[in-house]
Amino acid sequence: MQTPSVIIVLVALCLASFFFGRKRSETLALREGGYSSLHSLPKHYGYMAAAWAAIPALLILLVFTVSEDRYIQDAVIAQLPGAIQTLPAEQLGLYYNQVLGFAQGGIDGQELDETQLSAARYYQQLASQFSMVKAAGVFLAALIGCLLVLKGIHTRLRARNHVESIIQWVLFGCSFIAVVTTLGIVLSVLFEAIRFFQVIPLTDFLFGLEWSPQMAIRADQVAASGSFGFVPLLVGTLLISAVAMVIAVPVGLMSAIYLSEYATRRFRAITKPVLEILAGVPTVVYGFFAALTVAPFIRNLGESVGLSVASESALAAGIVMGIMIIPFVMSLSDDIINAVPDSLREASLGMGATLNETIRKVLLPAALPGIVGGILLAVSRAIGETMIVVMAAGLSAKLTANPLEAVTTITVQIVTLLVGDQEFDSPKTMAAFALGLVLFFVTLLLNVIALYVVRRYREQYE
Amino acid sequence: MSTVASMGNFSSKGTADKADKPQQALDINHAADDHETIGTPWVEDAKMSARNVNVFYGDKQAIMSVSLDIGRNEVVAMIGPSGCGKSTFLRTLNRMNDIIPGCRVEGNITLDNEDIYQSQQDTVLLRARVGMVFQKPNPFPKSIYENVAYGPKIHGLAHSNAEMDEIVEKSLRRAGLFNEVKDQLDKPGTGLSGGQQQRLCIARAIAVSPEVILMDEPCSALDPIATARIEELIDELKEKYTIAIVTHSMQQAARVSQRTAYFHLGKLIEVGDTKEIFTNPQHHLTENYITGRFG
Repeated sequence: MQTPSVIIVLVALCLASFFFGRKRSETLALREGGYSSLHSLPKHYGYMAAAWAAIPALLILLVFTVSEDRYIQDAVIAQLPGAIQTLPAEQLGLYYNQVLGFAQGGIDGQELDETQLSAARYYQQLASQFSMVKAAGVFLAALIGCLLVLKGIHTRLRARNHVESIIQWVLFGCSFIAVVTTLGIVLSVLFEAIRFFQVIPLTDFLFGLEWSPQMAIRADQVAASGSFGFVPLLVGTLLISAVAMVIAVPVGLMSAIYLSEYATRRFRAITKPVLEILAGVPTVVYGFFAALTVAPFIRNLGESVGLSVASESALAAGIVMGIMIIPFVMSLSDDIINAVPDSLREASLGMGATLNETIRKVLLPAALPGIVGGILLAVSRAIGETMIVVMAAGLSAKLTANPLEAVTTITVQIVTLLVGDQEFDSPKTMAAFALGLVLFFVTLLLNVIALYVVRRYREQYE
Repeated sequence: MSTVASMGNFSSKGTADKADKPQQALDINHAADDHETIGTPWVEDAKMSARNVNVFYGDKQAIMSVSLDIGRNEVVAMIGPSGCGKSTFLRTLNRMNDIIPGCRVEGNITLDNEDIYQSQQDTVLLRARVGMVFQKPNPFPKSIYENVAYGPKIHGLAHSNAEMDEIVEKSLRRAGLFNEVKDQLDKPGTGLSGGQQQRLCIARAIAVSPEVILMDEPCSALDPIATARIEELIDELKEKYTIAIVTHSMQQAARVSQRTAYFHLGKLIEVGDTKEIFTNPQHHLTENYITGRFG
């Protein structure tokens, strides 16, 4: 039986457990004089039976599914002739993959030798046995779980509390998965980065002023020795983000103020969703908008006043990124300004303050922590943004503060390092992990600063 | 305000008098259609006066043809069941209803005989002259000093720091708060107790030297001790200011006010000397309310 059908049957079993559990509690209750003699509602006994049918069975299913491939592979290899078993790991892997491919119907049997064909037949046999065992184990677990609960049901059984704690554990499990996944990603980036730093010293990476990651792959190649100074990338990233924030913060914040304090309800109901659509435009669309429309426009404008502007400039990328971020800043600020209690507005207006004074002196200070938080969130997004800068900012790692020149960013370099055929043990590719790690730390730092600012400058209402 | 809309369903009853009382004693929805306010709504030396004021929220009428004077250096209490329009009426007196979308005010309201709804009236100046204290203490999330200095700053009342210090101290003293907070003027106003916060709000309101102070249930969120303190304060403040107070507490109205107005479903039912209203109410609705039969 395949996993999907196992799950379908399991669902049916759980439903049945639910009804049996409910029925059983009802029967017991009627025997002891009505539903009021039950500790919990009948449905809670049903939920409890269903949960105990589902959870152990799902765990067993998980264990079997994870160990399946490994177990069958070991068993198939174990019965191959000794000469093949002692092959080097890569060749053995290739050999086994052919077997696997044929057994699962992916490749034609013509190219395989007799040993492989018989191994493939053995594989199929094992796989079908294994899935039988799996299905049997799962159903057995579900039945046992359900029956144990059914047997244990009595009127004093605190099924409601039991179900509540099961739900609590399920929720905990979900958040645990989220945390573990994040941790896993960070650790895998960290380990690859450490490998990189064994080749390129950390100080060269952090303080080097030149970035040209081309390395000779073969001994006879004439290529740069590769310099991995990350400062130009950081400066480029910060430059573009700064341009973006200069656009996004004033426009976003002021439109939020207009929407929340001045606009009529109707106008707001129409405008806010429209502006939020701006956030739904795929960044790749912004990217070619930046590269094909904004960048040439800025260059022509610059030339007409006698400035030399690179055709891919930090300014173009920054402006478009700013436009992309406006809805974030606006939407977050709008929510936060709206959350300031009306009593503060009334207090200020009742003193004879104008709306403008009220906004500047009461609403904005009260909303400041939230607004700063929203802006820093937007900065994190700007720093992590890739598509726009890949298309519009260029690839040359120039150390400059002039937004009219082409610069490159951390994310753009990660993309270019990993696009195409790459060796995964050369410093050039591993540099991507180091850059990823740095990016992670920069964003983390921003979040920490955001938290600090929010705590320090909070004007507490209530 | 929803009760107002349903009023049209009831037939006209005419002015109820005391003889009808037994039959309709608890029939509270038979407000008084076509009601003429009992008692004299005007006084000789009126600081503010309202004539035939109607207030609408969208299509719903919240206040129906209310006329009421507020005399100079007098405390007028407005009582009545929830939703009767007393707060709405209070807020028309410094045009705080302007900020509510869909709110429309008809009729004539004057402050020192000048129409406050005429087009050249500036709400900024009006609200500086007619201050307001709200139901829930709402100090700004700023320091105690900044709270009191807020009004004088926006109206440009102080020309030096020393002058501002003086205004702040005077206002806090007048609100009976100075001795409690003089060593912590730079602490946030939101850190004070509820009663202190409300006195801070009163200090904030009197810092701009208003002529009239409107109080919208100023004690409903406070404990009895803090309430007693505020009531004492109101008594002191009436030497200098004209005060209109909305309250749900009949005892409070009786304690602090000289005149009392009873509102019911958007109408001003009865108005008169506080003592008279509480000892000898003319209208059965007033009597039912003050004796606690509904409310």
